[in-house]
Amino acid sequence: MNNTTTQIEEIISQEYQHGFETDVESDAIPKGLSEDTVRLISAKKNEPEFLLEWRLNAFRKWQAMTPPEWADVHYPPIDYQDIIYYSAPKSQKDGPKSLDEVDPELLKTYEKLGIPLHERAILAGVAVDAVFDSVSVATTFKDKLSEKGIIFCSFSEAVQHHPELIKQYLGTVVPVQDNFYAALNSAVFSDGSFVYIPPGVRCPMELSTYFRINAKNTGQFERTLIIADKDAYVSYLEGCTAPMRDENQLHAAVVELVALDNATIKYSTVQNWYPGDKEGRGGIYNFVTKRGDCRGPKSKISWTQVETGSAITWKYPSVILRGDDSVGEFYSVALTNHRQQADTGTKMIHIGKNTKSTIVSKGISAGFGKQSYRGLVRIAKSATNARNYTQCDSLLMGDRCIANTFPYIEVKNASAQVEHEASTSRIGEDQLFFCRQRGLSAEDAVSMIVNGFCKEVFKELPMEFAVEAQKLLGVSLEGSVG
Amino acid sequence: MLEIKNLQATVAEKSILKGINLTVNPGEVHAIMGPNGSGKSTLSNVLAGREHIDVTAGEVLYNGKNLLDMDVEERAREGLFLAFQYPVEIPGVGNIYLLKAALNAKRQHQGLPELDAMDFLNLVKEKVKLMEMNEAMLYRSVNEGFSGGEKKRNEILQMAVLEPTLAILDETDSGLDIDALKIVAKGVNSLRSPQRAMILVTHYQRLLDYIKPDFVHVLAGGKIVRSGGPELALELEKEGYAWIDPSAKQSTVNL
Repeated sequence: MNNTTTQIEEIISQEYQHGFETDVESDAIPKGLSEDTVRLISAKKNEPEFLLEWRLNAFRKWQAMTPPEWADVHYPPIDYQDIIYYSAPKSQKDGPKSLDEVDPELLKTYEKLGIPLHERAILAGVAVDAVFDSVSVATTFKDKLSEKGIIFCSFSEAVQHHPELIKQYLGTVVPVQDNFYAALNSAVFSDGSFVYIPPGVRCPMELSTYFRINAKNTGQFERTLIIADKDAYVSYLEGCTAPMRDENQLHAAVVELVALDNATIKYSTVQNWYPGDKEGRGGIYNFVTKRGDCRGPKSKISWTQVETGSAITWKYPSVILRGDDSVGEFYSVALTNHRQQADTGTKMIHIGKNTKSTIVSKGISAGFGKQSYRGLVRIAKSATNARNYTQCDSLLMGDRCIANTFPYIEVKNASAQVEHEASTSRIGEDQLFFCRQRGLSAEDAVSMIVNGFCKEVFKELPMEFAVEAQKLLGVSLEGSVG
Repeated sequence: MLEIKNLQATVAEKSILKGINLTVNPGEVHAIMGPNGSGKSTLSNVLAGREHIDVTAGEVLYNGKNLLDMDVEERAREGLFLAFQYPVEIPGVGNIYLLKAALNAKRQHQGLPELDAMDFLNLVKEKVKLMEMNEAMLYRSVNEGFSGGEKKRNEILQMAVLEPTLAILDETDSGLDIDALKIVAKGVNSLRSPQRAMILVTHYQRLLDYIKPDFVHVLAGGKIVRSGGPELALELEKEGYAWIDPSAKQSTVNL
């Protein structure tokens, strides 16, 4: 077994390829967190009074809270006074009017990341709202979208131009006191994306946001709010990367989705934050709260995530199936390599009648990686004829990684049908030998086996992002995709 | 084409092959027979390049090159094919995808352009017919949920697509009923050619009723103890292996 283990490990030990830093002057506030910090952030963003009050309320609640300890992840206590809570590229102070005004250094960064901004965006048909540290630097396609009445802008802009929508929906899916990190985010969130799709409108393109943490010691606390009004449809993708650093960086985001009657929201994530080095130094702490609310009947919310990065991932994209006949889906590929830890899964809360949820979770663990699937399926008394199907598969590479599955099922209505399937397999010496005997390189063989394992999830991703996801697994696991 | 000289090998420090000598020329079909634990599978695996088998002495020349120096995939691309005794399952990887990747890896090695999807599809459909397989199997995951017979037929399909120079069939008859055996044998026979050599590794003579070997070798206790024509197989069938080296019974390492 040893030879093969070594071989697999060589293949999976590729370096992080997004680990460059961009030299941009930034406008940061001093480290530390207090009511004054919250006020300062709010003031810098020129926010209306109601939002400041909302933040302060969150901050006060947060002060009384403690970090969750039930997840199977381990890290030294975080000093919340040692973090810079706001950092914006300085040249952006007055705000770019068009892509030409964007700092070329920034654009170069996006180019290195392969983001289809600029002309490439048009070719690819992707509208990108790129968040660089805390301020949204460029939003493309806004005009084309606004013809249809679609609002796609940075969160800050939405606060300025559509405060009534913010006021109506912010915090209605993830309340400020929901959990420790959500409360922290609510107090200090810097920017993020805002999407509103008006009734009956099908968003004509994939909306995409790229998050990237650049400045040292900054936490990234983005806040995303997506509302699909009656009969609307939108597909949204976020991708994340961060430069290599020895220190850990905190990323505590909140994403709220609201689907009204018969609306559909498809939310796909490709997360490739810096995972730390082989010994587990540095890397992003990715403590994220994502939740969708199927508020109207026949609405549908679908989460698809490919999580290859971060030192620690704590993330449970969930769906509240409130409307009758609503549908919730969660498709996940999570990879932990070296010393990465992930505790991830989903919650499907069935409240409405005839609600249906599907969970497909694929965990890949390599090196000393440690991974838990944690999922909750709750069928409330009111949820007559609710159905859930859950499938959790783990793939182990080598013999020092760990995979756990913690499914929680609560059923309060006897008409419910809940299915759970789970499997654990290992990339065996036999599979590898077989593929090589057919002429494939070991690298291509591993890649083929892993991609086969993830197929059910990849097919849920929009086409161009499925390719990107395969590439990412490639970066994280081996050199090329066969 | 293949020259094995005094090949000795150990597995987990246990001596399994104790000096094998064998020469295989193009167009020839050799059967290697022997009781369990005689080293048959170890020999197949050494030739294919499996790890954890330590070659302690001897050499193997393949088309004039030192086979033992080559990587597993290099041997495969040079035309050495092993039909597995226990074909593995690869969930989520389409059979046709594996075939295409394998064929193109070989073609690339030979300096040929990769086959495009259309040309490949035509080629593979023709081979599927030859193997009397259902085309639907191409689109299922590699060996996943295949019956024992389907798995073995799938191995021969891969062989048909890859058109090897030297094919080693390791216990291909095991787990096959007589109808499946006939189909597999038919496929193998159709692949016989003056340029291609085959080594059939088998415990039973049954397979040799359908695939006629040119030579039969009896492997026992890590050595070839007898060689002869097809009649030797019949003799074995009648008398069993008991007459051979009794020490063969003691070494029961299965790989």
